[in-house]
Amino acid sequence: MRSLKFLVVLFFIFNSTFLNAQTENLSDKITKNLRCLICQGQSVHDSDSAFANSLKILVKKKLNEGLNEEQIYNFLKNKYGEWILYEPEFNKNTYLLWLLPIMMFLFGGAIIFKLFILKK
Amino acid sequence: MKNKIFPIILFAIFTTVFLVFYKGLQNSNIYIPMKNIEKNIPHVEIKKFASNDIINSNKIFQSDKFYLLNIWASWCVPCREEHKYLMALSKEKNIRVIGLNYKDKYKNAISFLNELGDPYNLILQDQDGTVSIEWGAYGVPESFLIYNNKIIKKIIGPLSQNSLIEIKKLIK
Repeated sequence: MRSLKFLVVLFFIFNSTFLNAQTENLSDKITKNLRCLICQGQSVHDSDSAFANSLKILVKKKLNEGLNEEQIYNFLKNKYGEWILYEPEFNKNTYLLWLLPIMMFLFGGAIIFKLFILKK
Repeated sequence: MKNKIFPIILFAIFTTVFLVFYKGLQNSNIYIPMKNIEKNIPHVEIKKFASNDIINSNKIFQSDKFYLLNIWASWCVPCREEHKYLMALSKEKNIRVIGLNYKDKYKNAISFLNELGDPYNLILQDQDGTVSIEWGAYGVPESFLIYNNKIIKKIIGPLSQNSLIEIKKLIK
């Protein structure tokens, strides 16, 4: 009887952690992608400042309200500007940032092609 | 001919890259929050300070009046410094000062107000800091000037003599 009770308790514990795990992971993922605006060089997830702690609670709240990752990013971008996101968007200020590596890759490929393949 | 084009392209690419990064060096990398963009006030449920009743923010702010929402806490030292300016504003007729008590203990907040005076028409509470984030705030103290359900001015940090003059000019 005692072991049965124990098993029932164990069952409930594991069940609830399983349910929580999904929102927990997603909120961790989101807060890792957010810059803590009042700390230097830390994400919201890593920081323990008042601002970051509140933001962590807010992200969980919004997830419970049924917002998805993208909607939360947009919500915070609207409040605090794009700077709060670690991944810069593709726009007129950042196109070089995004395209330069690709251009370098293509250019390097062209050099290799010219030197080694065309010569043969 | 073919051999000459290649070094020229190489040179051109390196100069562009160099120029872009060199220009980037001179840009300021200090983050300055956007202060002058008018934004609609958020619609959130907020608890009242004394009674714990819940009120929606769109019921607090009427469209034809000026409001100053001030985020404060008894543990915040700059809040003490700006308090005299809030007291001065509370005497103005055409503005209502609304307090948002940030991560504070009720007892401490009350003794803070007893000591320095209560400039607020209404006090709301923000125990976990999430209401402040809905408003786009960074911390305490911070003040928002509101008119027509829009944030027309944001003061990050304590109010000063200058910001007081500026607010008085705006509400005239």
